[in-house]
Amino acid sequence: MAFSDKDLELMGTIIAKYPRKRSAIMPLLHYVQSVSGYVTEAGIEKIAELLELSTAEVTAVSTFYTQYKPHPVGEYHVGVCINTLCAVMGGDQIYDEVSKHLGIGNDEVTADGKVSLERIECNAACDYAPVVMVNWEFYDNQTPESVKALVDGARAGNPKGPTRGPKKLRTWKENSAVLAGISDGLANEGPSAGKASLLGLKLSKKAKGAK
Amino acid sequence: MTTQLTPVLSAFWDEEDSYTLAGYQRNGGYKASAKALKMEPDDVINLVKDSGLRGRGGAGFPTGTKWSFIPQGDNKEHYLVVNADESEPGTCKDMPLLMANPHSLIEGMIIASYAIRANYAFIYIRGEVVHVVRRLQQAIDDAYQAGLLGKNVKKGYDLELVLHVGAGAYICGEETALLDSLEGFRGQPRLRPPFPAIAGLYARPTVVNNVESIASVPAIIANGVEWFQKMGTEKSKGFTLYSLSGHVTNPGQFEAPLGITLRELLEMSGGIRKGHTLKFWTPGGSSTPLFTAEHLDVPLDYEGVSAAGSMLGTKALQIFDETTCVLRAVLRWTEFYKHESCGKCTPCREGTWWLVQAMKKLEAGEGTTADLDKLIDLTNNIAGRSFCALADGAASPILSSMKYFRDEYQQHLDQGGCPFDSSASTLFTSTAGNE
Amino acid sequence: MTNNVETTEMITCVIDGFEVTVPKGTLVIRAAEKLGIQIPRFCDHPLLDPAGACRQCLVDIEINGRAFPKPQASCTIPVETGMIVKTQLTSPVADKAQKGIMEFLLINHPLDCPVCDKGGECPLQNQAMSNGRPESRYEGVKRTFEKPINISSQVLLDRERCVLCARCTRFSEQIAGDPFITLNERGALQQVGIYEKDPFNSYFSGNTVQICPVGALTGASYRFRARPFDLVSTPSACEHCASGCDLRTDVRRGKTLRRLAGEDASVNEEWSCDKGRWGFKYISSRERITTPLLRGTDGELHEASWPEAIAAAAAGLAGKRAAVLTGGRLTTEDAYGYSKFARISLGTNDIDFRSRGNSVEESEFLAAIVTNLSTTYRDIDKADQVALIEFDPEDESPIVFLRLYKQSRKRGLKVTTLASHSSRGSEKLGAIRINNISELSELTAKSVILVGERAHETPGLLSSVAALAQQSGAKLGWVPRRAGERGALFAGALGNLLPGGRPVTDAAARVDIQSAWGVSTLPAEAGRTTDQILRALDRSELGAVVVGGVDPMDISSEALTSMLNSFVVSLEISHSAMTAIADVVLPVATVIEKSGSYLNWEGRTRAFDRALEDSLTRSDVRILSMLADEMKRPINLPTVAATAREIESLGHWDGATVTAPTQSLAPEVIPTGNQATLESWRLLLDLGTLQQGEENLAGTARPATVVISAARAATLGVVDGNSVSVTHERGTITLPVAIGDIADEKVWVPRNSIGSQSIVTFGAGRGVLVTVVKA
Ligand SMILES: Cc1cc2nc3c(=O)[nH]c(=O)nc-3n(C[C@H](O)[C@H](O)[C@H](O)COP(=O)(O)O)c2cc1C
Ligand code: SF4
Ligand code: FES
Repeated sequence: MAFSDKDLELMGTIIAKYPRKRSAIMPLLHYVQSVSGYVTEAGIEKIAELLELSTAEVTAVSTFYTQYKPHPVGEYHVGVCINTLCAVMGGDQIYDEVSKHLGIGNDEVTADGKVSLERIECNAACDYAPVVMVNWEFYDNQTPESVKALVDGARAGNPKGPTRGPKKLRTWKENSAVLAGISDGLANEGPSAGKASLLGLKLSKKAKGAK
Repeated sequence: MTTQLTPVLSAFWDEEDSYTLAGYQRNGGYKASAKALKMEPDDVINLVKDSGLRGRGGAGFPTGTKWSFIPQGDNKEHYLVVNADESEPGTCKDMPLLMANPHSLIEGMIIASYAIRANYAFIYIRGEVVHVVRRLQQAIDDAYQAGLLGKNVKKGYDLELVLHVGAGAYICGEETALLDSLEGFRGQPRLRPPFPAIAGLYARPTVVNNVESIASVPAIIANGVEWFQKMGTEKSKGFTLYSLSGHVTNPGQFEAPLGITLRELLEMSGGIRKGHTLKFWTPGGSSTPLFTAEHLDVPLDYEGVSAAGSMLGTKALQIFDETTCVLRAVLRWTEFYKHESCGKCTPCREGTWWLVQAMKKLEAGEGTTADLDKLIDLTNNIAGRSFCALADGAASPILSSMKYFRDEYQQHLDQGGCPFDSSASTLFTSTAGNE
Repeated sequence: MTNNVETTEMITCVIDGFEVTVPKGTLVIRAAEKLGIQIPRFCDHPLLDPAGACRQCLVDIEINGRAFPKPQASCTIPVETGMIVKTQLTSPVADKAQKGIMEFLLINHPLDCPVCDKGGECPLQNQAMSNGRPESRYEGVKRTFEKPINISSQVLLDRERCVLCARCTRFSEQIAGDPFITLNERGALQQVGIYEKDPFNSYFSGNTVQICPVGALTGASYRFRARPFDLVSTPSACEHCASGCDLRTDVRRGKTLRRLAGEDASVNEEWSCDKGRWGFKYISSRERITTPLLRGTDGELHEASWPEAIAAAAAGLAGKRAAVLTGGRLTTEDAYGYSKFARISLGTNDIDFRSRGNSVEESEFLAAIVTNLSTTYRDIDKADQVALIEFDPEDESPIVFLRLYKQSRKRGLKVTTLASHSSRGSEKLGAIRINNISELSELTAKSVILVGERAHETPGLLSSVAALAQQSGAKLGWVPRRAGERGALFAGALGNLLPGGRPVTDAAARVDIQSAWGVSTLPAEAGRTTDQILRALDRSELGAVVVGGVDPMDISSEALTSMLNSFVVSLEISHSAMTAIADVVLPVATVIEKSGSYLNWEGRTRAFDRALEDSLTRSDVRILSMLADEMKRPINLPTVAATAREIESLGHWDGATVTAPTQSLAPEVIPTGNQATLESWRLLLDLGTLQQGEENLAGTARPATVVISAARAATLGVVDGNSVSVTHERGTITLPVAIGDIADEKVWVPRNSIGSQSIVTFGAGRGVLVTVVKA
């Protein structure tokens, strides 16, 4: 897939943010995913050209990071945290059940291209365990049932919105653009903080009030 | 005597617009940076030094001292890089902080950059948190709009701030790997020396600090050294974020003075989940050696935890009750380290590969007691031999679990398998596997 | 040699109880070597930036009583005063650490030593024996990969053998500037790889095969051919270019199987280019001549005995005015043989080693200036700037390129290049391109000017270079393309020079040589240049010519026809255009089969022994000596060794010299419309005779392209990759376009690549007017 003039212009603004252009390689890879859904050959070649790198150097970087996908993922990419804490508290069961439910395994995509599944590592939301990320949005305190309902909704085209995030779940490509540094104007949606984040504050206020 | 919670960074997270510029300013935001910009940079450094603030990213290095290592008058660009990679298992403080209060970090970065004479600052945030990225990017944009960033932040002082989004690599939390990643390379750690303070980003003097460390600075500037020093213990001053997760009645974030104990935190938050007892816990993420119930009263400050044989780390208190199989927990962490090993050095790359296989065998109840000793020996061949601390982290859960729960390992061997029912440790009432 | 005593601070430390004093900055692992203590290692390589990646070299270190809590990688830590190091020999901790690492390295290693090329010379195998555990405790599954991948047409990679030391990737990035192989993926999946569409086409790729500490990288031409213990190794010198690489030639039962870079810190360090490493198949080509040949009355060549052939050659030369033309790859000894043979046996100064374009101005420049040059690689290392004049180091002297690249990477050495356009090599050097020598500025006595052999093609340029060096005090180096040119110059294989830089026209110089050679007179008139000799042959002003290793096409398209009416004696390795017209063909030895020496561009002697013991072929000088005897005008050079001794005894002349040329730069012809002035040079890998028969090597050659400016491309309506035709009255070259920073009025094509032989097609390498049109 060729990049449009608009794409090239945006890629140019990404590069311009940095004092040295090689630094732009990661946002550019995110950008390529926002256009194509994964890291395509055309993307690697374009980045190499823009940053004056060899294609091997770009490949070396793109294959290092797990968020850059060498193959297409679903419109909704579901990451189930299976790191110890989430796994123990139900992540393993969620993963198993959802995998069975969708009929796909780790790093696989449903035939309709809607949903893909990944076993992910700790996503910095342990106080909301078990955690599931869809297109890297937080779905807190999940159960096998809630995630199955979520993926069913995703396949039907109306997935439930994230717990802490925008009202409506955006697609993989749309969110990749945000990671590339292109604002989607949704920062003001969702709560300031989830319940667990506020626990200490609440207890402190209560203690002070009690005094 | 119970320690009182001290919400500072989280003091107004319950306000609807806490993450906006207006919300932040309403709560006193950007007064500290205005104050600091009127001071001499060196005085800012000294103030932070005097406060005793220590790095909240894990190692606890004194923040002001780190800033003072930046050579001055060297006619080179200096950089401030904030480490928002937060990927250590169990660690979940920086993300809620940035989601609810991103301006505290930006204000801290203005102060820190000014102090170390940096005109360019970066935030390296992990890539798997889109909404945090949105909030942070908006906060940066708004700060630019308000003239808090950009040209003439103070007359003659410019500051550019770039949000750099990672792409899934725990190792990029290690500061030199982070710098390589930010320069557009594979995120593999660098040889030290030279240290970042001498040759960091683009081989220029660079300070790398954790989100929480920098976000704590405005409050110190605003309220003064004394205020800060009143909190905490002798060598571990101030307040910090403790993250409680796992088998507790109420998981969550707690801002408290350093030195609070797990017992106190559990007491105020409702304790271990109903009907269960504490089995083991991590004081500061999976890379810190496990504690057990006997450590409930260890003061959670740098010295206290290390005297008890672990590390304060990121203050990620992951609680596991008696339903949890320690082998399963440790194996899963080991798989994490294997997955996240950058591949650069032999002991980490090959060692974690081997450890996973060895642990899997043990979990399945295969092997003999000699295999337990072999596991310890292998782990010791990794710990302290690798290029960076990631592999030391991988060794921690194994060695500490062997120390406290060797019987349980043995039990797996004796029984030829795991004695635990994994569904018992989930939060679901439904029975596992019976879909 | 000049004395370079640099005042470096010395540091004394203690290793395994022994004191050692080394320069500040020395790494522990190398300080230990000084004591003869070998710390095992994989990623460490003295010429690469330290990586500290394999962790095999862990030792215990204590400084002023403070011990490091963990064992340290000795390949990354410089010694310090008060440092006490304990290696595996004295520290149980270090020993256990090393054994542990070795065990880890082996768990995923296939242990296929019996079928691995590296078996028998493998650092992993050796160190596993000396520092490993006797038995593996690993019971798991080994990592496997799909069988070898071709990372270029000449290098294969077996990933499961790789120990991920990153030597190859660091080499390609840090030394060659060709980051086409990289570490990909992460953790246990990490592996070396290429981007599939862009293979590892680096001129230096073979070095990675050599420095790979396991058998992960192998060369297509050597893979599975031999076991190290079957090979007989001989130190040799490279015959391909004037860089002067030290090589090692490995032979098994009379057959050369491989060549490796030898170590010479002051020349090639430990590197060689792929042409030097892999371009040796010509030796065993089917075209090789093994017996003397005589042209019969039927016009065909027939095998003859040596006495017959020598007699025929002597008879044919008798009574004729004869000249000598030699090729650019003669050893100094052979060139000396020709030089002496011309003067004594043929009684002429009509000898020229330049089997290529040439000029009188160049003859003067060589005789007056080059004979006295002493610029070295070391001067490049220390230069404040380097100016390249019609010289593309990566294509024309690759080891000079590596030196420049090293300094450019290490300290941003300023490089300026007078060239038609920026080549890939000059881009890697970040070279500033200039169009006119007058643009060079700020040259000082610390600057280095490197002028290439192509400079003679611009009349007046060599004169300007000489003047510039003189005025600025900058060090000057002349870098011809071929290995034998500097030696031939020293040997006096030039019309205006006798051996040792003695001017032919200087009576005292002649007397000097006359007494050394035991003759009463020597011809006193300066001899003809190659061009002049050919013209004289064509006009029958000369009746015979002795040629040694000349490809007439290198000189001009008419060179061959100029010789058709003369008696030709050809000393050759293989059948060629030259032997096709020769009357007598005398087979000679290749470098592998003989001993001798070259003078590299620095003027440094690169001596070598024969690598093939039972070779029956003879060096040129021996044959010439036989011929001279037969002609009753002996030159008395029965062996290479005797020749070398005689050259040595002559020494260097310090009397009067030839005057330097003072020709002024001629204005260039200005092309109009679709006309352009031709520019070209030879790419490193091309149709050169000595690269024949090595297809894997040829597979990594840079593609031939026509370089034009963006403006010309726009006018022609072409983009990169479209074909254009470059036409001269004699012929046309059609190639894909590559838009470059070339001047609008110029066009560049490779001089001797597939589809582009400018000398053959246009009769010139540079300067002629051609037309450029869309093909
Ligand atoms: C494997 C590894 C992962 C790390 N991850 C993080 C991280 O996610 N966030 C962080 O702030 N520090 C992390 N660190 C620590 C950093 O290297 C560094 O010490 C820290 O950012 C310094 O900031 P501080 O002085 O403010 O604590 C990590 C260290 C290692 C070895
Ligand atoms: S291929 Fe050889 S040189 Fe390259 S990383 Fe692997 S072992 Fe090292
Ligand atoms: S040789 Fe020292 S770490 Fe590899």
